[in-house]
Amino acid sequence: MDTALDLARWQFGITTVYHFLFVPMTISMAFLVAIMQTVWWRTGNERWLRLTRLFGKLFLINFAMGVVTGIVQEFQFGMNWSSYSRFVGDIFGAPLAIEGLLAFFLESTFLGLWIFGWDRLKPGLHLMTIWIAAIGTALSAYFILAANSFMQNPVGFTMNEERGRAELTDFMAVLTNKVTLITVPHTLFAAFMVGGGFVAAVAMWHLLRRPEQDVEAFRSAAKLGAVTLLIAGIGVVLTGDIQGKIMTEVQPMKMAAAEALYEDADSNAPFSVFTVGTLDGTKPLFSIEVPGLLSQLATGSFDGEVRGINSLNEEYAQKYAGSGITDFAPNIPVTYWSFRLMMGLGFAAMAASVWILWALRKGRVPMPGARSTRWLLWTAIVLPLLPLFANSFGWIFTEMGRQPWVVFGLMPTEAGVSPSVSSAQVWTSMIGFTLLYGALAVVEVKLLLTFIGKGLPEANPPTGPDDDSDAPLAFAY
Amino acid sequence: MELTTIWFILIAVLFVGYFVLEGFDFGVGMLVGLLAKDEKERRVLVNTIGPVWDGNEVWLLVAGGALFAAFPEWYATLFSGFYLPLFLILVALIIRGVAFEYRGKRDDQVWRDRWDWAIIVGSFVPALLWGVAFANIIRGVPIDSSSEYVGGFFNLLNPYALLGGLLTTTVFLVHGAVFVALKTVGDIRERAHAFAQKVGGVAAVLAVLFIGWTAVRDGDLAVWLIGALAAVAFLGGLAASRAGRDGWAFVGTAVAIAGVVSMLFVALFPDVMPSSLDAAFNLTTENASSTPYTLKIMTWVAVFFTPIVIGYQAWSYWVFRKRIGVEHIPA
Ligand code: HDD
Ligand code: HEM
Ligand code: HEM
Repeated sequence: MDTALDLARWQFGITTVYHFLFVPMTISMAFLVAIMQTVWWRTGNERWLRLTRLFGKLFLINFAMGVVTGIVQEFQFGMNWSSYSRFVGDIFGAPLAIEGLLAFFLESTFLGLWIFGWDRLKPGLHLMTIWIAAIGTALSAYFILAANSFMQNPVGFTMNEERGRAELTDFMAVLTNKVTLITVPHTLFAAFMVGGGFVAAVAMWHLLRRPEQDVEAFRSAAKLGAVTLLIAGIGVVLTGDIQGKIMTEVQPMKMAAAEALYEDADSNAPFSVFTVGTLDGTKPLFSIEVPGLLSQLATGSFDGEVRGINSLNEEYAQKYAGSGITDFAPNIPVTYWSFRLMMGLGFAAMAASVWILWALRKGRVPMPGARSTRWLLWTAIVLPLLPLFANSFGWIFTEMGRQPWVVFGLMPTEAGVSPSVSSAQVWTSMIGFTLLYGALAVVEVKLLLTFIGKGLPEANPPTGPDDDSDAPLAFAY
Repeated sequence: MELTTIWFILIAVLFVGYFVLEGFDFGVGMLVGLLAKDEKERRVLVNTIGPVWDGNEVWLLVAGGALFAAFPEWYATLFSGFYLPLFLILVALIIRGVAFEYRGKRDDQVWRDRWDWAIIVGSFVPALLWGVAFANIIRGVPIDSSSEYVGGFFNLLNPYALLGGLLTTTVFLVHGAVFVALKTVGDIRERAHAFAQKVGGVAAVLAVLFIGWTAVRDGDLAVWLIGALAAVAFLGGLAASRAGRDGWAFVGTAVAIAGVVSMLFVALFPDVMPSSLDAAFNLTTENASSTPYTLKIMTWVAVFFTPIVIGYQAWSYWVFRKRIGVEHIPA
């Protein structure tokens, strides 16, 4: 295989997965902080103002990383995937540009107003700024996912053979792509699992390690976080179920790859929870299977038929004879395991949040020193990581499962790469980004831990706008 | 008017917005190393742009997205062709953005000094490289028949492009100093005035050279006129700054930057990326563009939403209109 292509793929994978470590936190924390501030505004209870300030800080530390890694994403299509950009630009560029114009401007401007406006805006207006920023994050998710969904299920276009590119014919079809409509809620719910888990984890850590401080505030926060995670988790499972069916319809190979299913299963196809042994179609050594579940996931019926990799490969070899592709199956171990890790980590997070709610039931505070407390503490520490990595694996599954296509059925990935960019250049940028991202990850985690450790800041109620006042900048850099 | 022409103009507008706005915050970023005497003053400088720098940067993101949507061939050739400079710009924008947010988050001088370097270098590198990149676009670079860039990195370092880079660096420094004078009180404001005069002279000379060179190369009357207007605006801005009229000084440097960027786009039209190998390989507004259908949709979106964006961005500048000084910085 061509190294420039492999490198470009690695770089794209590394930078995108990295970007998406911050994205779900940004989306969900923007809303959760807005909710905290709203509760303070409505009740005047200082506990919620202090929570707003703590989680607001943590949110901003994360947001900065989301912004700077996003800039790379915006340019990478042109830098590393110029042939791809020429091929789909007529369609793909529009949602990307609209995302910038509608969403990024909202997010950045109104967050600036929120950060620096505590003493410059009336409280109601100030509250509005964080809500608008939060809505901006959700809008941004919608438009970028509309772009991504076109790559999974191209709609609303025709092929212009003369210019060798896909051209837009129906923009509404792109915006209402059925893959977009189900991917957006799935991704947003998945994001809320991360933010919910994070809030719950920070609060539980304080309750368990500093049981004498701010108990009421952290109890409220822990419950808010755990309930958010649970509700979002249910949303993720329900939307994921629908997604399975749509995916089977538009990319049956991806579903076959998710189960490493080589032969067609006429009915009642089992879903293997866990397999030891090879995934190359020879018999597994050991496998735990749930009968009928794969059929249910793929078709909505326990005795639905599920196509296997081999027959799909034969069919595609004829259908896409001119594509130059010989093997239409993605990397099976990766798809198989990433799909299970996505679901498994998500279920584990939901279980953890149930335990947290149980431990806090009816005004209880976990006893320091009790044996269960140690376990609860560890649970809290890993809690935010579970849905976070579930998100990463969800994307790895979605994107790797689409291979060998970059735009499904239209453009093989290897045809999308920039012909004029050498492997030396990609090596340079990939090493550069990876080292920089690694260093920044250390810095950001340390900062988060420092601010979590400091606990709730003073309330410092805002002074409000007063043109003669020379009040210091409250939340300034 | 042709839709492709409208989009050429819109792209120009987005880059004008980007350079006028982020131009001053690049300037302020570099000035953190040149103008501030102590920690409080450095914080004053950073806080003058604190609420707005991210919004300013989004002008670049939207310009990039709009380029992709309206002229995919231009986007593809430009970004893959200028791979290494763009990589450096991205690294700079990354460390700079993080630095703004993180520098004050720990009470530790070593920590802050490091982030200050990130702000200074992270502002300097794009200020220089954007000038180099744009001058190269105007000058023409080796592009082959399949619209791919076939030059190397060192092709981009020619005298005209280096002059362009020096020009953007110095003009942004002056624009930043004028902005600092407009937004602060006290000592630092005085120093910003003095700095603007000192570097302003150098920038003015570079501007006249670059504008003259561009106009002679291109020969178009419109290029001469817009270039002259930009030069006059810049000198007017410097004069206003000397007179202590900070608002007018800022208008002057802003109009000068808008003028130079417009001049470059006028000189470019109807090409978007001329090829230095063969004029037949030039990318033009026609052969690099999206379909009329896509352009039509994008036009509606732009016509409807751009005014709204400008409206709320203007409002945010209004909210933070007050000058700040060391006395506003909490301990
Ligand atoms: C599902 C949501 C989602 C997905 C799939 C992506 N992003 Fe993202 N992006 C966001 C959701 C988001 C966000 C929530 O809106 C962010 C995260 C942090 C932030 O500041 O906004 C963001 C930031 C962000 C920024 C910085 C915006 C600013 O300066 O305010 C850019 C340029 C991009 N993204 C571009 C991309 C591109 C080109 C992607 C495709 C590969 C991508 N993002 C994937
Ligand atoms: C909507 C936004 C996205 C778009 C437009 C997009 C597009 C692409 C493109 C063009 C490639 C390169 C072709 C390839 O190597 O497969 C790719 C690969 C990849 N993307 Fe995405 N992607 C998006 C979102 C994401 C997100 C959010 C993630 C994960 C966090 C992700 C994970 C990956 C991975 C892991 C690869 C590498 C696949 C491989 O090497 O085989 N993508 N994607
Ligand atoms: C029973 C549980 C779940 C099911 C059935 C499910 C199903 C799916 C399916 C079928 C896809 C692929 C869509 C496609 O490629 O067309 C997907 C993607 C994804 N999943 Fe899940 N999922 C579940 C749980 C989770 C959890 C717990 C998370 C994270 C907390 C998560 C996050 C994601 C993400 C981020 C993607 C990529 C974006 C997308 O395509 O929606 N999923 N999921």
